[in-house]
Amino acid sequence: MSKQQQHWEKTRGLLMMTLAIWFVFSIGIFLFGAEMNEVGGPFGYPLTYWFTCQGSLGIFVILIFWFANRQEKIDEEFGFSERGDD
Amino acid sequence: MIKGNFIDNLPKVYGIYTGGFLAFIIIMAIGEQMGMTSKTIGICFVAFTVAIYAIIGYLSRTAQADAYYVAGRQVPTVFNGMATAADWMSGASFVAMAGGIYFKGYGYMALLVGWTGGYVLVASLLAPYLRKFGCYTVPDFIGTRYGGNLTRFLAVVVLTVASFTYVTAQINATGTIASVALDIPFQYAVYVGLVSILLCSMLGGMRGVTWTQVAQYIVLIIAYLLPVFWISNKMGAGFFPHFMLADEVARIGELEQQFGFVKNSAADLANVPKGLAGITKAHSAVNATPWAFISLALAMMMGTASLPHVMMRYFTTPSVKAARKSVGWSLFFIFLLYSSAPMLATLSKLSLIDPTLSTGIIGKSIADVQAIDWYQNWNQANLMFVSDFNGNGTLELNEFFMGGKAVVLATPEIAGLPYVISGLVAAGGMAAAMSTADGLILAIANAISHDVYYKIIDPKAETAKRLVVARVLLVVIGFAGATIAAMEIQGILGSVIWAFDFAMSGLFFPLVLGVWWKRANREGAIAGMALGLISGMGYLIWVRNGGSGFLGITQLTFGIFGSAVSLVSMVVVSLITSEPSAATQRMVDEVRVPSGRSIIGKQ
Repeated sequence: MSKQQQHWEKTRGLLMMTLAIWFVFSIGIFLFGAEMNEVGGPFGYPLTYWFTCQGSLGIFVILIFWFANRQEKIDEEFGFSERGDD
Repeated sequence: MIKGNFIDNLPKVYGIYTGGFLAFIIIMAIGEQMGMTSKTIGICFVAFTVAIYAIIGYLSRTAQADAYYVAGRQVPTVFNGMATAADWMSGASFVAMAGGIYFKGYGYMALLVGWTGGYVLVASLLAPYLRKFGCYTVPDFIGTRYGGNLTRFLAVVVLTVASFTYVTAQINATGTIASVALDIPFQYAVYVGLVSILLCSMLGGMRGVTWTQVAQYIVLIIAYLLPVFWISNKMGAGFFPHFMLADEVARIGELEQQFGFVKNSAADLANVPKGLAGITKAHSAVNATPWAFISLALAMMMGTASLPHVMMRYFTTPSVKAARKSVGWSLFFIFLLYSSAPMLATLSKLSLIDPTLSTGIIGKSIADVQAIDWYQNWNQANLMFVSDFNGNGTLELNEFFMGGKAVVLATPEIAGLPYVISGLVAAGGMAAAMSTADGLILAIANAISHDVYYKIIDPKAETAKRLVVARVLLVVIGFAGATIAAMEIQGILGSVIWAFDFAMSGLFFPLVLGVWWKRANREGAIAGMALGLISGMGYLIWVRNGGSGFLGITQLTFGIFGSAVSLVSMVVVSLITSEPSAATQRMVDEVRVPSGRSIIGKQ
């Protein structure tokens, strides 16, 4: 397998992982919205309410930065990262 | 004071700007104490901020195609994040979102999840790859990846339908705010708004829009957060509302139990002015079915990843790496406002309905409520209404009505904040609506000037001529948008949501598969875009005309149907026609690698 194919394989793996986490916090948990709201969440808010106000939103922010860092590592590993900084 | 390169001095420039804006707020506050009228303060806030944006727009003027279309591809990640956040957060987010949460609770909050979760798709599926491609516009990517003028043209059509739906809502919002703040009729205020919008974008294109959007973000985030923190502290609800409103949320739940949601008769409701609503849904309880919530969130997420005015912001970063990081910063800056909207809704609702608070009006006598100053003001502005349906002389929960905009616009006054805050909020709303309108008008004008005029009609056109065409189109599209906005066809928020559905119906899968599925070919893309848009639009028209719909897909989520048709037709047609040429497949391979030269620059 060529270097490029390996790089793409790893990139695709990272994508799947990112999308899986995204799915859980944008869709998965809201399948059980009513049940989850009976439980107390962070800062004392009802749990589902907290996810819609802050939880899911904050997790998405962290997820994107985590994804960007992981992707950079993959690019560096195969020597595909760009020179110069941002 | 400022030496050297503009880009290197950005933190300093915007630091001084922020300080200057805060100083301006303090001057206005002092002016208010010294007897400045609220009307003068309103005019000063809107006029001062719009003048600053116009100056930035003028200073960013350019005659180079690269600067005009993609801001010279040198916008640093954090600043691009701010610009994207302003580009993204529309007048609707600013003025109407807290109101939507206030009235509809959980069912509406699917929009918060959808409008943020979409950025995960932007970061992982599209933005870095389109940046590597090196295109000027989104149709530029479609046209080059799939080949042929028809694909390019269809992409322009989808882009125009989606963005134009959206932009009329934004021009409408600038008109509403300008008409209130400057005290002029709406039909004229719409054009005042339009001129302000064009001042930012006409001379500098994307470069002008970028630097004004950063300035607009700073104004809008201060204007949103300052009142939320102030009100929370004043009510004694907690100095950091986001972490401290659990008791208030629980208290609203108790009051809902105590008052109950009494249904009004149709005859009673007929007396309520149009556009006003009462509190009929639980504040923090789950009041929508899982599918209603998830389908709306999903439609907004896929729509986010297909809206060209957002995508093109990531064409302006210096590198692919920077594009990825920049998506993260964008969402962070959006998060600051979105996570505050539910807090504002909570504070606003509690201060109105809790009888134990001095600002509470439920349980008071109707005559007393009608005598309150702010009630009279907002009643006159057609945003508040009370009526004694049961004739007991006391205001009940079901006898109090408010417009959605009032949550953001009126809460500072209800909570007893000085008028200077209301002026600030008007400036923030104006900034939010202007920045989004600019991004949208530019997206449409750039697509038509670059993809239709330059790439299809006259490929030999000189840069100077191309930029003249781009600017003329900017003005024409702006005026068309303003003219339709002046007719006030659809409410502000409805058309915003439609734009997402149109975009996802026609563009989501052609964009994503263009990067992630090498086998996708021209015929497939044509089928995907055309059938996706047509079926989505058909579904909308059907449901609007009394159609029952299926699978719980409503006129707010019709993009789910459109994009499903788009996906199926694109895959089927691609597979029954021949695979893309070897050159195209090599191109896709190169897009997938961040290093090396951009695709379009090479040709």
